[in-house]
Amino acid sequence: MLKIHREVCGYCGACVSVCPEGSLELIDAFLTVNTETCKSCKICVKVCPLGALEVVDEE
Amino acid sequence: MKSNYDVLVIGGGPGGALAAKTAAENGLSVCLIEKRPAIGVPVRCAEGIGEDLIHEFFDEVNPKWISADIKRAVLISPDGQKVTLDPSIAGNEVGYVLDRKTFDRDLIWMAAGAGAEIYVKTRAVDAIVKDGIVQGARIEQGGVEQDVYASIVIAADGVESKFARWCDINSTVPLRELETCAQYLMTDIDIDNEATVFYVGNEISPGGYVWIFPKGDRTANVGIGIMGNKSGDGHRAKDYLDAFVQKTFPEGKTIELIIGGVSVCEPLACTVADGLIIVGDAARLSDPITGGGIYNAMYTGRLAAEVATEAISQKNCSKESLIVYDETWRNSKMGDALARNYQIKELFITLDDTVLNTILNSVKKIQMTEFSTRQLVREIMNFNPKLRKELKSLKKYFE
Repeated sequence: MLKIHREVCGYCGACVSVCPEGSLELIDAFLTVNTETCKSCKICVKVCPLGALEVVDEE
Repeated sequence: MKSNYDVLVIGGGPGGALAAKTAAENGLSVCLIEKRPAIGVPVRCAEGIGEDLIHEFFDEVNPKWISADIKRAVLISPDGQKVTLDPSIAGNEVGYVLDRKTFDRDLIWMAAGAGAEIYVKTRAVDAIVKDGIVQGARIEQGGVEQDVYASIVIAADGVESKFARWCDINSTVPLRELETCAQYLMTDIDIDNEATVFYVGNEISPGGYVWIFPKGDRTANVGIGIMGNKSGDGHRAKDYLDAFVQKTFPEGKTIELIIGGVSVCEPLACTVADGLIIVGDAARLSDPITGGGIYNAMYTGRLAAEVATEAISQKNCSKESLIVYDETWRNSKMGDALARNYQIKELFITLDDTVLNTILNSVKKIQMTEFSTRQLVREIMNFNPKLRKELKSLKKYFE
């Protein structure tokens, strides 16, 4: 599942624009992910200018 | 907030502000919502705009909006050669670096002054769509949700736009067509206060460029955009920027970090639907070469409001009635430039650094009558007869 490292995230929204599922949303300074629709495709992980996103194994 | 307006504008950037201002001036009831608690911050922009473009909207340009007057541009090739682009009339300004914090606020002030209602820290959480017709938005403010209806919704919600998607319009930007960007506002650096500087090359900035846009004395926006598919762990936009800054301005001081994404894809296939108009970055209207989007957002924001005014007076807000918006911007000078610059970009991203060096080393100084990528490419083609052959697919754009 997608993990958002909030201490790294600069809430710019670059990830939101490339998400094919529309699973990400930027609410002011808070990025949210809909884990039900997110397919862990990692496109957002790649594009993030700061490296704030990571796909981790579900526990 | 009322539950019904003529026009509901989603987003308080320059596109939304011009839409709200124009619609209110035309006598419509207007509600503009901005999800952030303040207009204009955080900045997500390099803040450059062409001189002629901003004057199109205002009789007078407020000096407070301008951080720096730009008189020339400098292009730096991968091997470090400089090409200076000068206006043909020396001393002329070719552009401005804006102070977006002030500029964006003033635009909203104007919209409010014209009669638009403005709500900050207020966001759309969904579109209200009935029988395929956009009727308004579900809006959240301070934890309370309410339905707000409008004859026309203008989506000006920027690069991270969700509204069009909620209306079943796929606005996903392909990874390779999203420039991922990082910028520092730096001070105590040695720069030419009157020149914008662009560094190109696949090592320094794969599929993008590094920019230095002066913000005043010894102060500048120093930033980079790289193609989304070239980004990854250890080689993200910020990594490239840090490498550049360390090499170029090791003594400089960083007083702000700005990050963001800029789409360099083609515009949405259609920018209207029943009851909906999409403007600016949300419609993917930033320039595919420069990434500039301020003018395009303002132009389409104003146009959207004009078309909305006419549609509302005709009591017909269907897609057929609003399509004139889509047709007008596509046939405008802006629409031509977007189409042309998309093709130029698609070609230029295929060039390796050796070719870029050859192209730029044949030119040292270009006198430009008009500061545009069109004229730049035309001049470069004149200097490089061989390149003309390679660029023949672009020929039709330069005749």
